[in-house]
Order: sequence, then structure tokens, then C-alpha cells
Amino acid sequence: MPRKTMIEAIREAMDVMMSRDSDVVVFGEDVGYFGGVFRATQGLQAKYGTSRCFDTPISELGIVGIAVGMAAYGLKPCVEIQFADYMYPAYDQIVSEAARLRYRSNGGFTCPLVVRMPTGGGIFGGQTHSQSPEALFTHVCGIKTVVPSNPRDAKGLLISAIEDPDPVIFLEPKRLYNGPFDGHHDRPVTPWSKHELGEVDDGHFAIPLGSAAIRRQGSAVTILAYGTMVHVAETAAAETGIDAEIIDLRTLLPLDLDTIEASVKKTGRCVIVHEATLTSGFGAELCALVQTRCFYHLEAPIVRVAGWDTPYPHAQEWDYFPGPARIGRALIETVEA
Amino acid sequence: MPDSDLTQHTVIPQREAAPSAEPAPLKLHVPEPAVRPGGTPDFSNIRIPRAGQVDRPSVDVDAEAIRDLAFSVIRVLNRDGEAVGPWAGQLTDGELLEGLRHMMTLRAFDARMMVAQRQGKTSFYMQHMGEEAVSCAFRKALLPGDMNFPTYRQAGLLIAGGYSLVEMACQIYSNTHDPLKGRQLPVMYSSREHGFFSISGNLATQYIQAVGWAMASAIKNDTKIAVGWIGDGATAESDFHAALVFASTYRAPVVLNIVNNQWAISTFQGIARGGSGTFAARGLGFGIPALRVDGNDYLAVHAVAKWACERARRNLGPTLIEHVTYRVGAHSTSDDPAGYRPKTESEAWPLGDPVIRLKNHLIVRGVWSEERQKQAEAEIMDTVIAAQKEAESHGTLHSPQHASARDMFEGVFAEMPPHLRRQRQEAGV
Repeated sequence: MPRKTMIEAIREAMDVMMSRDSDVVVFGEDVGYFGGVFRATQGLQAKYGTSRCFDTPISELGIVGIAVGMAAYGLKPCVEIQFADYMYPAYDQIVSEAARLRYRSNGGFTCPLVVRMPTGGGIFGGQTHSQSPEALFTHVCGIKTVVPSNPRDAKGLLISAIEDPDPVIFLEPKRLYNGPFDGHHDRPVTPWSKHELGEVDDGHFAIPLGSAAIRRQGSAVTILAYGTMVHVAETAAAETGIDAEIIDLRTLLPLDLDTIEASVKKTGRCVIVHEATLTSGFGAELCALVQTRCFYHLEAPIVRVAGWDTPYPHAQEWDYFPGPARIGRALIETVEA
Repeated sequence: MPDSDLTQHTVIPQREAAPSAEPAPLKLHVPEPAVRPGGTPDFSNIRIPRAGQVDRPSVDVDAEAIRDLAFSVIRVLNRDGEAVGPWAGQLTDGELLEGLRHMMTLRAFDARMMVAQRQGKTSFYMQHMGEEAVSCAFRKALLPGDMNFPTYRQAGLLIAGGYSLVEMACQIYSNTHDPLKGRQLPVMYSSREHGFFSISGNLATQYIQAVGWAMASAIKNDTKIAVGWIGDGATAESDFHAALVFASTYRAPVVLNIVNNQWAISTFQGIARGGSGTFAARGLGFGIPALRVDGNDYLAVHAVAKWACERARRNLGPTLIEHVTYRVGAHSTSDDPAGYRPKTESEAWPLGDPVIRLKNHLIVRGVWSEERQKQAEAEIMDTVIAAQKEAESHGTLHSPQHASARDMFEGVFAEMPPHLRRQRQEAGV
């Protein structure tokens, strides 16, 4: 099976959908002729023409605002916000408009829209190119939130997102674009060509939204993670030698609670890992759900490992980032509790 | 600046008589309306050209060539009730009589719903008094398939488009026949079939969506156009400026309306307009043809709407229209204008009442009379009351027959996800 980078997989998903469905349109800042600052849309304008893949003014509210109007018309826009950190001007259009259109019009108007955003840190991007705002989306009724952790999932989930009849926020961990990241920034980068999840089928395939994947079977503790942290958690499990079961959530909303519940009931312990700041992060929701569903099976307090509650710093990136050492300590603490 | 109402309602700050060597300490300028409660209403500083004076350019005109239209006011009906000038003569007597009926229906419906709100049959209402011509006349320039992105004060688009008064009232009452299942505030109607996009209730957000809808029509090589609506106050939102940028860049087939009714709740229009001569003038920097129209003149609104819609249909791009009108009533049933403007200000409004002006025109044309007006008023009120009664037979907000709790959980997504299913179960509905 061909191996691809996450960027290639994402581009393929859009390419496949644009060729299958003439209603799919792609646009954003630098997205057209140049193909995007991360090259995710490279070649799409040349292949499908300027009316289906084009550059926009630098206005995130404008990008999502026109996308809402287009989606209501019947198109399926798949738009790019250059960095998730730039999405705030578009937030009103996402929260008050895209998310509620079906509900408030009783289905008279709908919003089949995908908003792609590179997310997360690990590239020395400082506070404006590193944020993980997923909890700001999962808190909103009417949108789905997806965070893939590898090329195969990225393609299959993005195809599902474009085919979905409702708005989907598609957060792409930018540190994973070119290879899995084990959390050790000082080691050589492994490319996706050396990872089995870099194997991506050609053509159309869909991974349903709302299904998690078990990345590592284990019996000592359940780790709930998504995006970059799936790989970092794998490193932590390997380095501590703890037999952790690692669940890659893939979709945060709708959430695959059944897979989570079955795993925690089996292991009796749970560590939640995300790169976003701790307080009111998605981990808080996971923690609440797990204790409600699995309280009588828990043998230790649920532990969260997350970014510190500070803006994402520049020079201190690796002090901020919840790396293998912090996750490892949490695993030991949890299994020894 | 020709025919500008630059000074409208605005106290012009006095300049220092002689500049001193050192600049004086800075002072913040906060615009104030010319008159506040207790004062005598005064619109004498509004420059209103005589009807018929403004040229009617060809639809493919360059924005730069008609800059003056952003500072003047296109008017058709003169003080004697005659239709004059190059924008006149586009509607038949039958169409004008129908237009009068639409405006009177909207006014009668508003009157009944204002009372219904006071009777506790609904929580909230917003009336159109004084602004009926804007939405009623505009609607007649549109074709099936075109889409409005309205604000909460354009129900004339529905009435002039033949939407059912019963459905409107059911929406306002949030009853068992509410087409929106009780999920939306009263008057936030939605009807795809009638070219009326779901009203958000957030201000300005839908202006940019209208541009996107229009771009979609162009992408699909369709023939439909979009129409955006915004109030004077909400033009200050970023969404307004984004809409103008995108409409300009992609030459979207969209008509962008600003309804300047002088008041944004309690805030006079000078706060949003700032140092700009007019709201229409905002279009000029974007290269968008911009016109001002007498919003209380049914014929003028219709003529300008038709001109702008034709531009859009011919792929000539967007048009910005400022409708100069006056909000006679309160902002909503939750507002009392006595707190911020003279009680008699609406009587001093120089552009008159849109219903009376069209009625007078039809009388001048010899196709109408005061007697027939009275008859029509009674007939229309009967029709509205019958519709209201029918709607009330399906319940009102606080009656047992309001929209069901089960409906609350439906339609968040196309397919209900597990967490909502669990919550609905927990709610026991």
C-alpha cells in the first residue's frame, strides 16, 4: 500500500471529493494558486479551476461567513483557516450561524461545511501558531469536532467530514504533517514513510465520525488521547514499560463513549492527555464522563496531563508541552495508586 | 458634498479659533444627536432633494461615475403625490394597489401582534411602523429562487411574497403549528420557499452569508441572486466590512441593503456612521456602486431595487443601497423610545409616512379614494384577525398547545448523536 504524509493524505481527501462531487469547493488564505502555506491544497486550483479552489482576502470571518451562505445554497465548502489560532474572528460565524442553522430553521436551511485548521504546537510557533482550541468547539451544540493522528485517519475522516450533512471542525495537528512525533524534540524526525499508519489507500474511503481507535491494547491503565498526544503517549508507555491501553479518540464530538467505557472498566485506571491548556479543557469533560460511567470500576483517581494554563510560550515550548516524561510520571502515579 | 446630510443629527465640534504653538491636550469626540427628550424635533439639517431630481444611470455604470448618488436621495413621489423623474413609471396601477395592500397588511399585522404580546400570547415582538415600503417594495423586484438574508424588520418580504399570515402568527406564538418548532424567538422567521433565509438574531452575521450565497450561484452558473439586509447600527460590525470586501473582490451577484431608520435601539445613527458622509458612501471605497433612496417612497424603493437586481442578474456585481427611513415605533416590545428621543420626533420626520404617500399617489392617479382606503383598512384588518384566530386555535406561547419539549432535541444534527439521545431520555420527553 502506498505511504503518504498527512499533508498528502489530506490533499487526496479533498481531491477525491472534488472529483466525485462538483459541489465541493475549497478556499482560504493562500489556498488557491500557491496551494496553502502547508501545501494541503497544492494542485487543486490547477485541476479544478479558480471557481472551485481560490484565494480569499485575509478575513477568517469572511471565509467562514461566505462558506455558510454557500453551504445553505447547496455547495459543500471545505475551507482552510491558516492556523487554528486565527479562527477567533470566525468564531461567531461558527457558533451562532453554522452550528445553529439547521436547528433554528427546522431543517429549512442546512450547513454542510468543513473548516480545516492546523492545530497544536511543537514547531516553535509561539502563542499565535500553536494553540489547540478544540474545547471551544466541543462546547458548541451543532458542530462536530475531529482530530486525526495519522495520514490514514486524516484522509478517511476528512472524506467523512466533507460528506457529513452538518458543519465539522477538522483540526490537523501540524506537528504530525510530515511524521509521527514521539514527544522527543531533540531526536531525529521519523517520516510517515516508516510508519504503518502512513499507509493510505488511493481513491475514496471513509472512516466514520464518532468512532475511536485502540492504538495499543493493554491492561494496566487506559490512556485517552488524540492528535499528536497519541504518539507521545505511546512513547511514555514504552519508556515506563507500563501496559497501557491507548485510545485515539479521533472524533471528540460525537464521542465514542462505549469504547472508552469498555476500556476503563477493564483497566480500572485512566489517564487523559491533551496538549491544550488544562482548565476547562476537553479532558475535564472526559474525566466527568469516565467517573460517571466507570466510578465503581476505578481503582485510582483519574489523572489529566495537559498544557499548563499559560499562553503557549515560544522559548519554553518544551517546558510547556506535555511530553513523555510528564505522561510517564502520571502513568506510574496512576498504576501505583 | 452635494445633498449630503453630513450634519444630520450631529453636533459639529467647534474648531479652535487660532492654532497655538503647542497643541492643546487631546479631547475625545463623542457624537450626540441634535435633540434629546424634552427638546423640539428638528430635521431641518437633513438635505432632501426634490423628487425626480436624481439621474437614473444605466446598470453597467462604473461606481466612480455615480459617486454623487451615495450622497443624494433618489425620490419619485413628490409632495403632490405625483410620480416624477427618471426613476418613475415602472409599476402599473394594479401593482401599486397591490403594494399598498401589502404595506397595510403588514401594518395591521403589526398592530394585532403588538397587542397579542401585551396580552401575554408571546414573549416579544418587533414592528415595522414607518418602514413598510422598504421590504414590501423591494420584494417585488425579486424572482423565484432569489434569496433574502433579512434582519428582524423585513417581514414585508414575506407578506409581499405571499407567505401565510397564519404561519407567521404560529411562529410568533411558538405553538404546535410553528414551522420552526418553538426554537426561535418570535419574528425570526425562515422560509426557503419564500426566499427568506433563517434570521439569526445576531446582527450583521448574515450580510456576509448573502455574499457567499450569491457566489455559490455564480460558481454553479445559476441565475439566482442574493439580497443582504442590515441596519444602520450594525454596519459597524466587521461582518459588514467583510461582506463589502468579498462582494467587491468576487463581483458577487448580490444587492446589499442598509436600512437607515435613524436609531439603533437608543443609539442615534451618528455613532455607527462616524465621520462618513452617509452609510451609502461606505461602498465607494470598495468600488461598489452605492445609492441612497427615500425609504418611505414605495415607487423609489422598487425602482432602485429593480436597478440593483438587474445589475446582479447581468453579472455586473454588487450594489449597495441605503434606504433612508425612520423607525416610528419602539425598537421592540422591550424598548421605550421616550427615554432617548423626543416623543413627537416621528411626526417631524420629513419623508412622511409610506402608506399615506402611496395612497395619495393612487388617489392622484384616479384609481383610489379615501373611502376605498377606509374600506380596505377594514377588510385587511378582518383578514389579519381571521389569520390570528386560526393561529390561536393552534395555541399560544403559554397555552398548553405550545411547541413540544421533544422537539427541543431534534434537528441539532441531521442524525441525533448518542449523547443527545441520552439527554432526551434523561429529560423524559
